[in-house]
Amino acid sequence: MAKQLTIFLENRPGRIKSICDVLQVNNLNIWAFAIQDRGEFGLVKLVVDKPAQAQVALVECGVACALKEVLAITAPDKPGNLDRLTSTLSQKNVNIKDAYGFVSTGDKQGVCFLEVQNVNGVDVAKLISENGFRVLSDEELYAL
Amino acid sequence: MIWNEKIETMPLADLKNLQSERLVKLVNYVYQRCPVYKQKFDQAGVQPSNIKTIDDIVKLPFTTKHDMRDYYPFGLFSVPRTELAEIHVSSGTTGNPTLVGYTHDDIKLWGEVMARAFCCAGAVPDDTIQIAYGYGLFTGGLGAHYGALEMGMTIIPTSSGQTKRQLKIMQDFKPRILACTPSYCLYMADEARDIGIDPRSSSWKIGVFGAEPWSESMRGEIEATWNMLATDIYGLSEIIGPGVSQECHLKTGLHLFSDVFYPEIIDPDTGKPVAEGQDGELVITTLTKQGIPLIRYRTRDIVSMTSQPCKCGRTSPRTSKIKGRTDDMIVVRGINVFPSQIEHILLGIDGTHPHYQLIIDRQAHKLDEVEIMVEVDEKLFSDEIKQMHSLEQKIKKEIEAVLSIGVTVKLVEPKTIARSEGKAKRVIDKRSL
Repeated sequence: MAKQLTIFLENRPGRIKSICDVLQVNNLNIWAFAIQDRGEFGLVKLVVDKPAQAQVALVECGVACALKEVLAITAPDKPGNLDRLTSTLSQKNVNIKDAYGFVSTGDKQGVCFLEVQNVNGVDVAKLISENGFRVLSDEELYAL
Repeated sequence: MIWNEKIETMPLADLKNLQSERLVKLVNYVYQRCPVYKQKFDQAGVQPSNIKTIDDIVKLPFTTKHDMRDYYPFGLFSVPRTELAEIHVSSGTTGNPTLVGYTHDDIKLWGEVMARAFCCAGAVPDDTIQIAYGYGLFTGGLGAHYGALEMGMTIIPTSSGQTKRQLKIMQDFKPRILACTPSYCLYMADEARDIGIDPRSSSWKIGVFGAEPWSESMRGEIEATWNMLATDIYGLSEIIGPGVSQECHLKTGLHLFSDVFYPEIIDPDTGKPVAEGQDGELVITTLTKQGIPLIRYRTRDIVSMTSQPCKCGRTSPRTSKIKGRTDDMIVVRGINVFPSQIEHILLGIDGTHPHYQLIIDRQAHKLDEVEIMVEVDEKLFSDEIKQMHSLEQKIKKEIEAVLSIGVTVKLVEPKTIARSEGKAKRVIDKRSL
């Protein structure tokens, strides 16, 4: 499965830059990112090409961060695909906690990162695959 | 007027004799009744028979805030619980609160010293007093109440808060005396203007302000804003609550009622007395208390003291306002706050000692605000925004439950809080007191 870095940051100027500085110095590439804002602080979620290395570099700089697995799902970049994906999940009463995505310019594939809850024994990866989507492994994601 | 003229204007030689007589009684009393004191005396190699005059007091061991905590709840008491008329609790340094108890005679003593204090400030029995100190476990409200009752004033026990109602009551019943914290008095001025009351036209003419540190400039502001005399009262729950000392209308120091609370000023490091007029730690012995009499209790408040009789006629020694503390206690809206309490709460939440910092601020005419910054380290960090938010709320709730005042909790990134020599500064007090 794909890995996501979650980083605690205060909500003030220059904080995201400080993270980007660390990644830049270590020659790490950002694939996707999202920010959850909670007033005085927020969580920054990053998908990078070498997640374990990025975590080590950030922790060494004193950043509070965690590495967790997320679903990286691809589908052709066409109208209606996200609707199909979310319908599949809602039919099984699976809740989406967080989602963000990007479009790969080369093969026109949309990539969506999902955090889910209320899975109730549903194998979400299998469910998605059976409904015409592809869940990317680490290697497949970083090979895009 | 002077409430207890005989005692308060007693010639110094007579006062000393009275103190000596009371101290001799006291040491016998605690030695026989309180096993903790018996042990403390024995360890210090001093027997009640060694104490013949008040000057012998230096032979006795000190009592500290740690003793209050270590012998919680009733270890330092000299009477069984059944003889207590009332107990009060204030915040301790960690874990256990500080418990004090009063016998019926102790409550009478409290009323007596508070009556002296109100008269010292200029109140008379025909006055009406509005008591806007909090009633409850905090000693401020009830202590003032007993004094006003003893004097025979008409009491309006508004307690703290509900500012608009305080102001309406002031307008309707025209009390001449106000008792509350000085910051609350200034806060009420803003509220008054908001609802179209000119503070200078208020009925309050004398304020008895205490329970928190305040400066001469704040006094000037209160007096100019409200057109009233602002006097300082001092006390601590361990000794009795408010009523240990009080300024008279001349405002040249706080008269310490030394016939019942014997003061010493010591060097906090050596424990030896400092020269008259020098700054040092105030140490008090309760000469006549029954429930929890304390021998040489170290208040940790830094003051200076003069024994020159005052022009008002009182012969008791006078102390300066509090100039500082020997520990890191801060007083916020009348509540004692120790950084160690915050540490204790945070330890309870995640089992570690995260770095934290207290920031105390008082905007002009506003009540003190406490912000607690907590560094989010690996232990506290969760990759779920909801959990981070509930952590923030949990810290806030637990701190508020212990301190009984509202606080703001702010989660900050690791290493945000400045450290000097590896140790973070725990308190930043931005108040211009």
